Amino acid sequence: MRYLPHTEAEIAEMLRVVGAERLEDLFAAVPAGCRLDRPLALPEPLSEPELLRHAAGLAGPAPAHRVFLGAGAYDHHVPAAIPPLFSRAEFLTAYTPYQPEVSQGTLQAIYEYQTLVSRLLGMEISNASVYDGASALAEALLLAIRVTRRHRVALSRAVHPAYRQVVRTYLEPGGYEIVELPWAADGRTDLSGLDAEEDLAAVAVQSPNFFGCIEDLEAACGATRARGGLAVVTFTEALAYGLLRSPGACGADLACGEGQSLGLPLSFGGPYLGIFTARQRFLRQMPGRLVGRTDDRDGRPGFVITLATREQHIRREKATSNICSNQNLCALTAAAYLALLGKTGIRELARLNRDKAEYLKAGLVRAGAEVPLAAPTFHEFVVHLPPGAPERLRDRGFVPGLPLGPLFPELEGAHLVCVTETKSREDLDAFLEEVGP
Amino acid sequence: MTARVGTTGLVFEEPPIWERSRPGRTGFSLPRRDVPEAALPPGLEGEAPDLPELTEADVVRHFTRLSQWNVSVDTTTYPLGSCTMKYNPRLHEAVVALEGLRAAHPLLPPALAQGPLRILWEAERFLAEITGMDAVSLQPAAGAQGELTGILVIRAFLARRGERRTKILVPDTAHGTNPASAALCGLRPVPVASGPDGVLEPAAVEAVMDEGVAGIMVTNPNTLGLFEENLKEVAEIVHAKGGLVYCDGANLNALMGVVRMGDLGVDAMHLNLHKTFSAPHGGGGPGSGPLCVRAPFEPFLPVPRIVERPDGSLDLDHGRPLSVGRVHAFYGNFGVIVRAWAYIRSMGAEGLRRASELAVLNANYVKERLKDVLHLPYDRPCLHECVFTDRNQTPRKVTALDMAKRLIDYGYHPPTIYFPLVVRGALMIEPTETESKADLDGLIEALRAIAAEAEAEPQVLHDAPVRAKRRRLDEAAAARSPCLTG
Amino acid sequence: MKTLDELILPHDLRYTRDHEWARVEGDLVRVGITDYAQDQLGDVVYVELPEAGQTFARGEAFGTVESVKAVSELYLPVGGEIVEVNTGLSDAPQLVNEKPYDRGWMVVVRPSDPAEIGGLLDVEAYREHLRGIE
Repeated sequence: MRYLPHTEAEIAEMLRVVGAERLEDLFAAVPAGCRLDRPLALPEPLSEPELLRHAAGLAGPAPAHRVFLGAGAYDHHVPAAIPPLFSRAEFLTAYTPYQPEVSQGTLQAIYEYQTLVSRLLGMEISNASVYDGASALAEALLLAIRVTRRHRVALSRAVHPAYRQVVRTYLEPGGYEIVELPWAADGRTDLSGLDAEEDLAAVAVQSPNFFGCIEDLEAACGATRARGGLAVVTFTEALAYGLLRSPGACGADLACGEGQSLGLPLSFGGPYLGIFTARQRFLRQMPGRLVGRTDDRDGRPGFVITLATREQHIRREKATSNICSNQNLCALTAAAYLALLGKTGIRELARLNRDKAEYLKAGLVRAGAEVPLAAPTFHEFVVHLPPGAPERLRDRGFVPGLPLGPLFPELEGAHLVCVTETKSREDLDAFLEEVGP
Repeated sequence: MTARVGTTGLVFEEPPIWERSRPGRTGFSLPRRDVPEAALPPGLEGEAPDLPELTEADVVRHFTRLSQWNVSVDTTTYPLGSCTMKYNPRLHEAVVALEGLRAAHPLLPPALAQGPLRILWEAERFLAEITGMDAVSLQPAAGAQGELTGILVIRAFLARRGERRTKILVPDTAHGTNPASAALCGLRPVPVASGPDGVLEPAAVEAVMDEGVAGIMVTNPNTLGLFEENLKEVAEIVHAKGGLVYCDGANLNALMGVVRMGDLGVDAMHLNLHKTFSAPHGGGGPGSGPLCVRAPFEPFLPVPRIVERPDGSLDLDHGRPLSVGRVHAFYGNFGVIVRAWAYIRSMGAEGLRRASELAVLNANYVKERLKDVLHLPYDRPCLHECVFTDRNQTPRKVTALDMAKRLIDYGYHPPTIYFPLVVRGALMIEPTETESKADLDGLIEALRAIAAEAEAEPQVLHDAPVRAKRRRLDEAAAARSPCLTG
Repeated sequence: MKTLDELILPHDLRYTRDHEWARVEGDLVRVGITDYAQDQLGDVVYVELPEAGQTFARGEAFGTVESVKAVSELYLPVGGEIVEVNTGLSDAPQLVNEKPYDRGWMVVVRPSDPAEIGGLLDVEAYREHLRGIE
């Protein structure tokens, strides 16, 4: 086996040193009744070429379909410069930077990630990332519950359904109550119900929301703070903040969501990037890893994991979260992606995404489709395609968006359609051609 | 300093990335604008985020230089206890890069995603066989989330039986995530002290086990690298009072093909694919922490479940009324799972067992060759890792930290220090099976030389490291006045 | 770390087994952590203290002290009302290391039952307690 370096002679010599005769004897501490008395039932091992061929067969060719799916995972171009950087062994095969003297590369890169996502979202601090957008939102609500010592949170129904499920899973054991805010006819969250609410730890809205609609974040944040709760903004499309007013500018206390758009491949749902940013005053309540700047003994600048006493390996059951890892390579990728785009690039790319979506939306309306939600959207929108069009599109090799009926019965028959910069005008025109005149 | 592995080559200073910024640059190739501009309603547009402006070459050089300041498994021996820093095969990087996997949208209709689903399905079957369990959820994104999911499943199972138990037993050798995960589930951790041999004693469990206890969280092998030889008996005690047994499988690398926790009375356990199954750690993640359970717990696993239809095709089943819900927006860290799947397909049953045997051989070899210079608190055969302490060095005011830092100067990554918490001044060494005898001999000689230095010139250790990119960093200053962004 | 002989343990203080000290000042009691405690913790980076006016029972946790790699609860040696807290520690937590019995103090308590003071360890008993830990 090419990963196992021991020669038979070395094994014999090492066994002599440890005072065992056979490799089996090393497990003497395992009572006989605890041992497996047969080989594991696994397929025969494959050589490297065999495995590559087998995997390639399973994976199939590059998807031939023209896929207009979004809903929390977005098909953006990944610059060719990025994958080689983060398949560099020194980033790829290092552990958590607990020994800062030999981990300055990872540490400085995390510090840069924390800085760049804070700037993107208009927030003051960021952690080194959490698992994904859904758990970022759940952790944000738990933080709000700790800080306010209140036990109820409000969650817009226009937040991604899977995120709401994850929030329920995380909050249910603590006995915390989740109030769902409906969405109004234009597709944005209806905040009027907040008037009757007291003692909410947080109000969470997503923008652009699950339907692609751009929320009135300023109103949501203002209404939340007026009631003494924390204003939580979540998002599945971080790129939108290349164009839109940032959560920080709108008054958010916490901005926590998904960063997959920032240079990460779709990869069938993961690994993605849970972005967790906050106001400075929540520093000591942050979940997860934080990297800070300091100096070494010779006065040279450097970086360390800091405020680790919040974390599980020290505070154990009183930790701010049980999280131990971060999505480190994904965070570093996002930092490089943001640096490649730059201030002007991100504005132009975000605008292009929106413009292409608007082009398709307008064309669909002209072709007889109905757009039921009137609020402005970013690069995703809800549409009722004319009868027969979805089937026609599917037959012609399109995945024309996500059918919404199973998630929102009130939107039965509608699709959530997403357009990114990877779709050319020809792709959009071809889509329109199948829809109708 | 003659025979050391480490040597100092050219190391470049590199400022934070924004210091390279010059207005007007970009490193991104923007697609052609082939649609007209659409006006954004007033009030929605924000100021452009203050991102640095760089060329592609700037960014590539910047991160290339940063990478060179890291020590990694591909650079040198990385005997970090409890972390299983084994070699990460390059083949797996080629597999995850296959276009059909890399570019697969998670919400594709299942008919168009049979390849990715098949890999997930097979990975579930393989992990069930390896652990002796019946069903697996790949959704947890890391070990800590696997634990959280496991405890949620146990809690839901008990609730279904009409029971509301509020405590959970956690041995004093446990990883910190165990009590933290239990607390998130509303359970109060009750510590159980391990016996003088470093393993759990049935009597200690019996003494605290009652009808208010939901179960026990056991790490096996435990964090001292010892097999919990009484686990079967402990499981019987816990089960007799209606409790359940959870196993933290972080240390499975010692036991593949040798012991299956499912055969010892464990009801649920998580694995760390980034440890045992060779997925790279990525400097702290992404990981993957699948949850494996016995059949009675299967209905409680997160949704969606992957199911095989009668025609042999795979589908996603969301209709599981007893499920604890979701812990991930999609199906977990797919890319990490693919790497573990590839590892199992490469190794086969025999290869996995051999890997565990050699991991245990390596740990015992290190233990035997160092125990005359480093204090060994539990002098008995270990499994995949061995735990020393700094007791022999404390009279010279040399600590585990000093020895760890000095090891850097010798060209090795330090072992885990000050863990497990029950061992004062711990140095925890896990060599893994992919280190050769020659590599281990180098590490052993370095540690012996350091022990000699601790006697002869302890100041050298206090000053270490001197050959890394940076000397010791002021962690107190970092924590007193936190600066997290530039 | 300091050996037992190197520790500073003033004679005029009373001690707890959790390594807090108490100094009687008229009808008030000033509280901090001992030289042993600060030495074990290492560089103190953060001290979380209650607000004046809060009351705690004897032995109840009234705050936490954090070093880079450890966090420790602070237990009140005598029950009572907090009348003063050392706000200087928020900017200079290192005072706990540098002057544990002086500018590194933490709170001043008005004991609800002054008799509790008598139940605390004197310096010899505390030294004996430390010997047991070693």
